[in-house]
Amino acid sequence: MTVTQLVFLLTGGVTLGAALMVVLSPRLVHAALWLILSLAGTAVLFVLLEAGFLAVVQVAIYIDAIAILIIIVIMLTRRVMIRGETQITRNWWLGALSALILFGGLLILLDMVPIIAIDTPPPIADADQLLEDLGRSLVDVDRFILPFEVASIMLLAALIGSIMIAWPLTTRAEGEGDQ
Amino acid sequence: MQPELLAWLIPLPPILAFFLIILWAYRNNRLSHTIALGSMLISWGLAMALFWVAIRAEDLGHHPIVSSIPWLPTGETSLNFGILIDPLSAVTLFFVAWTCLAIFLYSVGYHNFGKRRDPDDQPGLPPKAGGVEPMYARFFAFISLFAFGMLTLVVSDNLLLLFIGWEIMGLCSYLLIGFWYGKPSARDAMVKAFITTRIGDVLMLLGLAYLYSVTGTLNFRAILFDEQVLHTLAETPSIIGGLSTAGLIGILLFLGTVGKSAQWPLHVWLPDAMEGPTPVSAMIHAATMVSAGVYLVLRFFPLLTAGWHEGASLTPSMLVIAGIGAFTALFAATIAVTQVDIKRVLAYSTISQLGYMVAAVGIGAFVAGAFHLITHAFFKALLFLGSGSVIHGMEHGVRHTHEHVDAQDMFNMGGLRRKMPITFWTFLIGGFALSGFPLVTAGFWSKDEILADAYGHGYLLVFIILALAALLTAFYTMRQISLTFLGQPRTDAAKHAHESVWTMTLPLVVLAFFAVGIGWVGIPEQFPLLGGVLPNWLHEFVGGTLIEHPQALDFNPIPLLVSVGVALGGLLSGWLVYRRVSAGVPDPLQRWLGPIYTVLKNKYYFDELYHFLFVRPAYWFAETFTYRWIDRGLIDGFLHGVGRTAMRIGSFLRNAIDLPIINGLADRFGEGVKWLGRTFRVVQTGRVQEYLIIGLVFTGLLLSYLLLAQP
Amino acid sequence: MIPLSWYLVLAAGIFCVGLYGALARRNALAILMGIELMLNGVNLNLVAFWRYLTPNFITGQVFVLIVLAVAASEAAVGLALIISIYRRRSTVVAEEINMLKW
Repeated sequence: MTVTQLVFLLTGGVTLGAALMVVLSPRLVHAALWLILSLAGTAVLFVLLEAGFLAVVQVAIYIDAIAILIIIVIMLTRRVMIRGETQITRNWWLGALSALILFGGLLILLDMVPIIAIDTPPPIADADQLLEDLGRSLVDVDRFILPFEVASIMLLAALIGSIMIAWPLTTRAEGEGDQ
Repeated sequence: MQPELLAWLIPLPPILAFFLIILWAYRNNRLSHTIALGSMLISWGLAMALFWVAIRAEDLGHHPIVSSIPWLPTGETSLNFGILIDPLSAVTLFFVAWTCLAIFLYSVGYHNFGKRRDPDDQPGLPPKAGGVEPMYARFFAFISLFAFGMLTLVVSDNLLLLFIGWEIMGLCSYLLIGFWYGKPSARDAMVKAFITTRIGDVLMLLGLAYLYSVTGTLNFRAILFDEQVLHTLAETPSIIGGLSTAGLIGILLFLGTVGKSAQWPLHVWLPDAMEGPTPVSAMIHAATMVSAGVYLVLRFFPLLTAGWHEGASLTPSMLVIAGIGAFTALFAATIAVTQVDIKRVLAYSTISQLGYMVAAVGIGAFVAGAFHLITHAFFKALLFLGSGSVIHGMEHGVRHTHEHVDAQDMFNMGGLRRKMPITFWTFLIGGFALSGFPLVTAGFWSKDEILADAYGHGYLLVFIILALAALLTAFYTMRQISLTFLGQPRTDAAKHAHESVWTMTLPLVVLAFFAVGIGWVGIPEQFPLLGGVLPNWLHEFVGGTLIEHPQALDFNPIPLLVSVGVALGGLLSGWLVYRRVSAGVPDPLQRWLGPIYTVLKNKYYFDELYHFLFVRPAYWFAETFTYRWIDRGLIDGFLHGVGRTAMRIGSFLRNAIDLPIINGLADRFGEGVKWLGRTFRVVQTGRVQEYLIIGLVFTGLLLSYLLLAQP
Repeated sequence: MIPLSWYLVLAAGIFCVGLYGALARRNALAILMGIELMLNGVNLNLVAFWRYLTPNFITGQVFVLIVLAVAASEAAVGLALIISIYRRRSTVVAEEINMLKW
């Protein structure tokens, strides 16, 4: 057992455990916090995989933006969450069953592919160049400019859309009836 | 102009008049009668011209005026239209033309031309108050058609064309008897006339067909003037045992005459035919239609007498004819004695006189029969027209006095000689002619000749019967004259009668001349004093029609004395009995004859007998058998059955197949879809997580399939 | 040293946990969190594959970036929806938002 493996096991265990807590925690705020922990664990895993930029992005986007957003919304919709009311749906066993089956299926699938037994990752030619390459590829006409632009438009759309959807009732109520 | 052309033209003006009137002139009374009278005048003129030619021709019998055109091709031969003018048709044409012309003129006055149309008068009923007849033009159209029929019959040269004319007259008789169709009695009479004569006509047609089948022709000259043909026909046995072909054909044709000339047993239609207007009675039942029957037997005399010569025993057909003729003569005379309607007496008198003519033919007296036909036409037409004048006068009286009496009942008349002198004198002349008043009337000469022939050839039974009939004829004629004209008026209506217009009295005068004078052309040569003064032109002329000229009879005083005796005796007794019958007094004959009188008055109940034997079964057949059983029961039942079956099949198909199966399929299909929907919509819970699970499940299934199915 | 399979199993595990959360939690926000977890697992998977199979092609990382962007925008819109629904129906329980049923 090398150090890397140990670190991996540890981080992986934290991440997985935090994920479990997210879905099992009866209190929503706790779940959110567990989510942050899980996302952070993923960031560490990214570092392990020598994708440092992505790790930072993970932290910045996921934790700083999304998780916080979730917490804010939890706060906003807190009024109706009565303590003691069950957080699990009636047919939770169906979800558990399907999750387990899926996991099993994935394992079987993975077993079929021999390449995943690779022990050592191949060396990266130029690590410093990697980041620059990433940036260049995003704006290179021959490479990933299109997905980049589309993604930005999608973000814009999401931005506008969510503003519109979440607009206060009073100004939008005249045009819409209640369902 | 060639005589053939004259003959062809003679029937045409009246038929033209018929079409012109009904298609164009019917709205205008004056125009209609002008067209009709004009056409009859033209035909009369042509007929007189032709007659003049005919009597001056040399041996017209052997060289008649003939002309023929083919009409209907029948294989190698053809049926023809043609004309034949021999002595018989020439004299017939003569009297037909004169009597028809007189009657046409008479009709103008009879139907009150010139009087205003009474608004109360309905077409179909006789005018009640002396207004003009509403169907004036129609009458003239019909009598024109009738004249066409008779003229065609007279000039025709073959039996088929004769039959065509015969039937046209039958139709017109039907139409004219029922001219006043609003009267139920007239409607019944017209049907009775038509059907009764039809029976005779059918048998005549059988005879015609048989003749054609045996000889292959219907031409008179070819059959009746050919010794060989007649001999063969007389010798060949016919399909009825015992009768020769000639005999059977003769009897069949004679049966047509029985119908048309109202001989017993088909006599019943003629008295009822008095329902028609009087000119109709005169025309149809005196001058023309009934004469056509006698004309037929005269024409076919050679066939009827084939195998017979004077002195031999009568052939079977002649026996039948003579028997029926003589019987009818007496039979009708006995009935005429008791009748009270002025026209009925004349009707039965006609039947009786036709019996005379038929009997004459039956005993082989060709010329005598033809002679009596001619004279009878004139004086009977005269008598009928005279009776019409009397009735008109009486109706005027009825209107004047508002008495409701039958204007035709002689017992309501009386003393009319003072009120209607012209009518009286002409009627008297006609009546004397009918009775056979010696020397000065035509009837005497013709009747005497028949009696002389009967006695002279030894047919004593016929002689006696005919003599008795002559006695009764004179009696009832004088009865009629006495009751109508002599004595005092028995009702107020008779008191107020007046003479008729000139259009009615002029024909009476003209006919009276003929009733007197026409007899003088047939005075037998051996007659005491008068014989030989005027040649017996008629015997010479008409006798030429036959192949062998009949011999003139030797004079015998006995039939002459009998004839004079019965005539004068009958007239005297009639006058004695009836000259002073007062109003309200019943017929003296009733007292003397008692129950016999009732039988005679009811015409021997023949009408009732026929009604029972023929009419009622016919009605039963029509109403019950044909209408109820076959038409309604069988045919309608069949149709209803078909309908019901179709309905049942339809409802079966509907209820058993259409509704359950077809509709059911569709409904069940719809229900099934609904059930499917209902069942499966539970999936749509609206809950996102459940949708996710379902999506996941199916994705998993798909993936497993893809994985496992891959090798 | 660390086999690829370990990373992949871990990613699968995170994914399945996230799936369970998405399917079995009542609160809509919890469902959203589950979805984020799932996306997280996917990202991990992608980076692992990049590192072990094509480390010299930056395409893998770009892929991850795009996925991240999508995740972010999706989270934003989802949260906006939740707020909107909360405002109208005063509930964030997924079970009760079932108007699109039969």
